[in-house]
Amino acid sequence: MTFNYIKDLIHAIRSLLKGMKITLKYFFSPKRIITQQYPTMKPVLAEKFRGEVVLIHDEQNEHKCTGCTSCEIACPNGTIKIVTKQEVNEAGKKKKALDVFVYHLELCTMCGLCVEACPTAAIYMKNSYEHSTFDRHTLLRKLNQEGSKLQSGIE
Amino acid sequence: MYQTKDILLSPDQHQDGYTVINIGPQHPSTHGVLNLVVTLDGEIIKDVQPNLGFIHRSIEKMSESLSYRQFIYVTSRMDYLSSHINNHACCLCVEQGLEIEIPKRGQYIRMIMDELTRVSSHLLWWGAQSMDLGAFTPYFYAFRERDMITDIFEKNCGARLTMNYMVPGGVMWDVQSDFMDDIKKFIKQYQSRVHEYHDLVTYNFIFQKRMQHIGIISKEDAISFGCSGPVARGSNFRCDIRKSYPYELYSSLDFNESLETSGDCFSRYLVRIKEIDESIKIIEALMADFPEGDFQAKTKAVLKLPKGEFYQKVETARGEFGVYIVSDGGATPYRIKYRSPGLSNLSILNKISQGAKIGDLIAILGTLDLVIPDIDR
Amino acid sequence: MTILKFILIPIIIIALFSIIGMFLVYMERKVCAFMQIRIGPNRVGKFGMLQTVADTLKLVLKENFSPKYIDKFLYNLAPLLAIIIPFVLTIPIAYSKSWQIWDINIGVLFITAFSSLSVISILIAGWASNNKYSMIGALRSGAQIISYELSGGLAILTIVMFSQSLKISEIIASQANGWWIIKGHIPVIVSFCIYMITITAECNRAPFDLTEAESELTAGFHTEYSGMKFALFFLAEYLNIFILSALGVILYLGGWQPFHLPNLLEFNNIMDFIPAPIWFFFKVFLIIFIIMWFRWTFPRLRIDQLLKLEWHFLLPLSLLNLIFGFILIMLNFIVK
Repeated sequence: MTFNYIKDLIHAIRSLLKGMKITLKYFFSPKRIITQQYPTMKPVLAEKFRGEVVLIHDEQNEHKCTGCTSCEIACPNGTIKIVTKQEVNEAGKKKKALDVFVYHLELCTMCGLCVEACPTAAIYMKNSYEHSTFDRHTLLRKLNQEGSKLQSGIE
Repeated sequence: MYQTKDILLSPDQHQDGYTVINIGPQHPSTHGVLNLVVTLDGEIIKDVQPNLGFIHRSIEKMSESLSYRQFIYVTSRMDYLSSHINNHACCLCVEQGLEIEIPKRGQYIRMIMDELTRVSSHLLWWGAQSMDLGAFTPYFYAFRERDMITDIFEKNCGARLTMNYMVPGGVMWDVQSDFMDDIKKFIKQYQSRVHEYHDLVTYNFIFQKRMQHIGIISKEDAISFGCSGPVARGSNFRCDIRKSYPYELYSSLDFNESLETSGDCFSRYLVRIKEIDESIKIIEALMADFPEGDFQAKTKAVLKLPKGEFYQKVETARGEFGVYIVSDGGATPYRIKYRSPGLSNLSILNKISQGAKIGDLIAILGTLDLVIPDIDR
Repeated sequence: MTILKFILIPIIIIALFSIIGMFLVYMERKVCAFMQIRIGPNRVGKFGMLQTVADTLKLVLKENFSPKYIDKFLYNLAPLLAIIIPFVLTIPIAYSKSWQIWDINIGVLFITAFSSLSVISILIAGWASNNKYSMIGALRSGAQIISYELSGGLAILTIVMFSQSLKISEIIASQANGWWIIKGHIPVIVSFCIYMITITAECNRAPFDLTEAESELTAGFHTEYSGMKFALFFLAEYLNIFILSALGVILYLGGWQPFHLPNLLEFNNIMDFIPAPIWFFFKVFLIIFIIMWFRWTFPRLRIDQLLKLEWHFLLPLSLLNLIFGFILIMLNFIVK
């Protein structure tokens, strides 16, 4: 009984000292610090990180979106709204084309289903992450740039 | 269940001289918005009534208006600590209806992601449990290791918490070329540091005394209350879905089901610690013969499940997670029901915490490893 | 001259202890940060030195909010009582040979008697808040502090017996040829360990922080306090740690006396060159560091384990220790 009492006591003190050894080791090794000082040290996120939907434009201010609304259908939250217009091409044929690509960033859950659904790979998800603003209307975005048009050869 | 008028007891309305105290919904150790109406006799707990629904988002109803591709992303937001596994269950259920074969590489990626999720969830639980018991430091050590896993997820799945990486037919895209190296680096780092964790927490005398012999669940109770996962396995109840109803390629893998016999908080703790090691074993085995090839089977643009009922259960980090789909042949499910492990595990709380002290209640609540959005859905 | 003393000494004490309190908060945050592989405060001032100043300023400017159904008088009295006690306790502390306000002949008794009053402020705070969390915290603290005072008093008694005085200057003088802890008597070492555990418990610090117990009682007895009233509790906690650590230094580590090794005259001369107050504060902060080290390593005890530790382990141990020390003195085994 007494022997067990003392054995327990020694075991207890040893186990507590072991824990204290570890915290002291970390205290005296500042190299192990893992803090990232965010505003001054901005982390570089992975290429694949889903931050926001972006419509790709090339140097000639051309995009690949045909206005097929696949992304709009694929989106579970109604984040994307495609407004189309009728356009007359060189051959004189009437054709549906993209007018405004409306994107509600405030509704987006970054699931990436729109990118998967796009048949022409016109959109992708950028790895940006600083989306906070003071006015939520700034999160309502028009993705196609002013004066942009469809790349030739995309049906 | 308590009504609102019972919960808002004024100070002079104590029942039989007991103190009624509300733990939650804004309490540091309920890990979310759970409200426990606790009846106390001094320090000793007489009765605990969980009061749920503070984060109910009607995910089941919402899923009825989403297509079979879309409803998966919502499940990431239920048990957000094992989002991969939730997504996996939904995908398996849809694939069961569509009867599609998943390419081998896709299955391997899915299983590795599942096990990584399990490790990360258990690591976070380990830190949070230590913090509930008053030791703050282990939390940061746990997060350091967990961060390596989240970095792997970010690199390969595109998100850190709510992945939506698994789609019916496989995974959304292929893994990066340095996927293997990252995992190997994580495993090496974890194994070089795990002894520190044991010295700091597992073998700590105070910690053991706080955890042992409290919140004892007998095997019969574990079965009759529908407990699953580490909570039930701590009471020597073999309930690992990966063993008993194997999905994907788990039947061909060699791993042990972690079991403990005593059923108290410490045995649940040990089960989770052992599960981390088992998961790492599984990951290593999967990486050894990681196949080349497709990661996603060809599927139609619009998925339509045949008329009927489909059920698929998987083992998440918290226990048995089931997806039940009733289809009327349309593009959206007619009815969806999720069987979440948290709700059944919470139901035993009242039984095991009667007679314990307030400090014990916190320890018990911690070892049940509840994720409140998973309970409320 | 006397009137000048009456005005100057309180001002100096209040200024000194406000600075010490703020420094201790900063020290705690840095110590815990480094143990938790973090950096800690580093934005306000160089290395975040002014962080606590900024925090105090924020607490001062905060609305002086008090809940509706409280006992107004007691609610406001509790933080004042909490902060007055550590200031009273500073009176007999000796920072150097001449830096002592009142070398009262029962100095040690004075400190133990007054420090036990701190439980009253906690009980008042818990009662007046009209909150169940506060009440449970206050009742816990009553049980805790009263029981831990027993073994703490017995640990102090060992040193009183060895140095044969209650007067602080005489206790320090008895350690002129070596600190009690270095002289290596077994009863002294045992009583030092007990004293360390006791002051951790009496200051309500983890692993004995059951009165606050963040994960159980949200904030325990000061759940309903905010702004400056909370700050007073917070400051009082740190000042209590400082005072009790200072008493520990006086009893076991030779007070303000420099570290000496026997038969090493040159080494001793170098040690003498460092001023006495610096020695004193260095030793005090060493003890405070150990208390902080406890806090950031161990989980919290449960209330019954806490009381069991006292009544089953520490109290019998300190009683036996006292008897053992008594026998040593009777048989003249003590190195004077």
